[in-house]
Amino acid sequence: MNLLQELKQSTIAAVWFMFLTFPLMVIKVNTVTKTIEWRWWNMAFIGIAFFFLSALWRYMIKHKEKNTGKFSPGKKISAIRKRLAEKRFFVPAMVLLTITTLAFPYSFSLYQTNIMISALIYVMLGLGLNIVIGLAGLLDLGYVAFFAVGAYAYALLHLNFGMTFWMVLPLGGLLGAIMGIILGYPVLRLRGDYLAIVTLGFGEIIRLVLENWNEFSKGPSGIANIPKPGLFGLDLTLQQHSIYLYYIIVALVIFTIFVINRLQDSRIGRAWIALKDDEIACQAMGIDKAKTKLRAFALGATWAGMAGVVFAAKTTFVNPASFTIWESVIILCTVVLGGMGSIAGVIAGALMLILLPEYLRAVSEYRMIVFGAVLVLMMVFKPGGLIENVRKTYHYKGHEHITAE
Amino acid sequence: MDYDFFLKLFLGGLTRGSIYALIALGYTMVYGIIELINFAHGEIYMIGAFTALIISTVLTMSGFPALAVTLIAATAAVFYACCYGYTMEKIAYKPLRTAPRLSALISAIGMSLFLQNYVLLAQTSDFLPFPSLIPDFEFWEPYAHIMSAPELAIIVTTIIVMVGLTLLIKFTQIGKAMRATSQDKTMAMLLGVNVNRVISFTFIIGSGTAAIGGMLIASHIGQINFYMGFIAGIKAFVAAVLGGIGSIPGAVLGSLILGWTESFFTGYISSDYEDVFAFLFLVLILIFRPSGILGRAETKKV
Repeated sequence: MNLLQELKQSTIAAVWFMFLTFPLMVIKVNTVTKTIEWRWWNMAFIGIAFFFLSALWRYMIKHKEKNTGKFSPGKKISAIRKRLAEKRFFVPAMVLLTITTLAFPYSFSLYQTNIMISALIYVMLGLGLNIVIGLAGLLDLGYVAFFAVGAYAYALLHLNFGMTFWMVLPLGGLLGAIMGIILGYPVLRLRGDYLAIVTLGFGEIIRLVLENWNEFSKGPSGIANIPKPGLFGLDLTLQQHSIYLYYIIVALVIFTIFVINRLQDSRIGRAWIALKDDEIACQAMGIDKAKTKLRAFALGATWAGMAGVVFAAKTTFVNPASFTIWESVIILCTVVLGGMGSIAGVIAGALMLILLPEYLRAVSEYRMIVFGAVLVLMMVFKPGGLIENVRKTYHYKGHEHITAE
Repeated sequence: MDYDFFLKLFLGGLTRGSIYALIALGYTMVYGIIELINFAHGEIYMIGAFTALIISTVLTMSGFPALAVTLIAATAAVFYACCYGYTMEKIAYKPLRTAPRLSALISAIGMSLFLQNYVLLAQTSDFLPFPSLIPDFEFWEPYAHIMSAPELAIIVTTIIVMVGLTLLIKFTQIGKAMRATSQDKTMAMLLGVNVNRVISFTFIIGSGTAAIGGMLIASHIGQINFYMGFIAGIKAFVAAVLGGIGSIPGAVLGSLILGWTESFFTGYISSDYEDVFAFLFLVLILIFRPSGILGRAETKKV
């Protein structure tokens, strides 16, 4: 393709987007004070930006088309992954990671620790959702409902029965699982997109009930004064509380990784992956579709429930505004960005998506718009995510042997 | 039973249902053709309303007469919504035609999030007052106590759009191509239908009707917000599913049923749980009759 044609196409795209965004980006009306603000600069920015973006877009599409059909198993593993698979790199890397993780709250301020706690809560949520989407291929858009169940379980059980963190933590997971089964049971027959909508509806139902049922959940004003977890009745300062909570969530994340890692290679895990690839073939192989899906829902929801309890303990305050559908979308975004099905990917994705906007305050305003763009671009160009999940494949090696006969 | 109150609720439900129908048409047509739930459809409707507000304010302040303002703003809103629908399809859905359904769905959610925040950043997160684009007709004066003139205009507009759309799909070349594509994409392509053009056209038409719906509801309620597309979109989707997704009369029927049930529910029972009710409705339909009232049961090919 010659340069002139490229230039022409880019110019057309730039002009098109300048035209498309004209009313919304350039004109800003204030109907109260009756003033119009013309922002011509925005138009210039859009023109320049889309000139380059369109060139990039076409290049990427061409690149993607060239690569399709060139599937070779085993070759796709990245260099970093290969290195890490070797023991002499893996062990020091893990030691380094452990030391950093353990020393984190002592080497950084309270503020950093708190941010890290929320990032780790998202890691846990991402890993939980990864069971449902990444492994079983069920798109759950109401995942945050289980998170809400956990958080409200702690808030309400403490408020009404004075239960402590450690009593509620397993209970939160259990309640999450029960909710997962309650939701999962009726919707098992539904396929991908219907399932997405129903779970979305379910998530919204939970949020709206929490918002409107004042006697039960105190409505939109929420529940305050939820205690942080105690340590054998010791008197802890605010900082110590945060550090303690940090270690709790680190332990929970490690526990989650351990369980999911074991699950992946288990009978259920294999059944999930098979179900994701082909439901009908899977049924023909004698897998109980309903039971397998239900397990995915319940297990995914368990982590969300526990993460909810930790969330309530961290913020010491819960209200329905923390559990909107967009929260589910953010969690979905972490899973998609990192790589559906890959544990390391989901962790990286969650840390990136939660920590980057925290530290780059200037861009945090653009957080949600970037999340939207990330979802679209990832699906178009790299559906496997940043750290792609490597499927275990069986290679038939007896071929030469047979031909040699 | 209070007859007047009942009539008011009935007509209110009809208005509501008409607007849902205008949005649901887009869902149902897009689903019929590429089997994708276009999550960003509600956002197109919101963008239509915003464009109408911006254009009409600018025109009013430059001293155009009211009727001209309404007409130009409406045309511009529909036109821009069509452009957005077209561009959206090219960016977020076309590269994913052959990808798994999950990917296309995630892309659609991303698009919805993107458009919402685009409007939020470009304009404002506040509720903006929306001028009443439809004047009170004088001939309607004696009946105004049961139903206002703008409400009547909404219903009439919806009927016109429905009839126009039905004629378009039944009798024109492109309508025939749309029906062929929705039955079997590959076969239609082999028979010389330009499938890409048909899909673009579907998105354009769907976006146009959504924008009309957006404008009408905005001028009826009197305020807009960047978030307005989401709930309306979901409810229109509920309506489309209720009627049987993929079927145009189904979308209208489903919308009217949803509009009436919601209206009576809020009138006689409680308005707190209005949205909960819509979602509950959705869950129940999908569980008991996923193909909807007028939809045909899908047979899955192996």
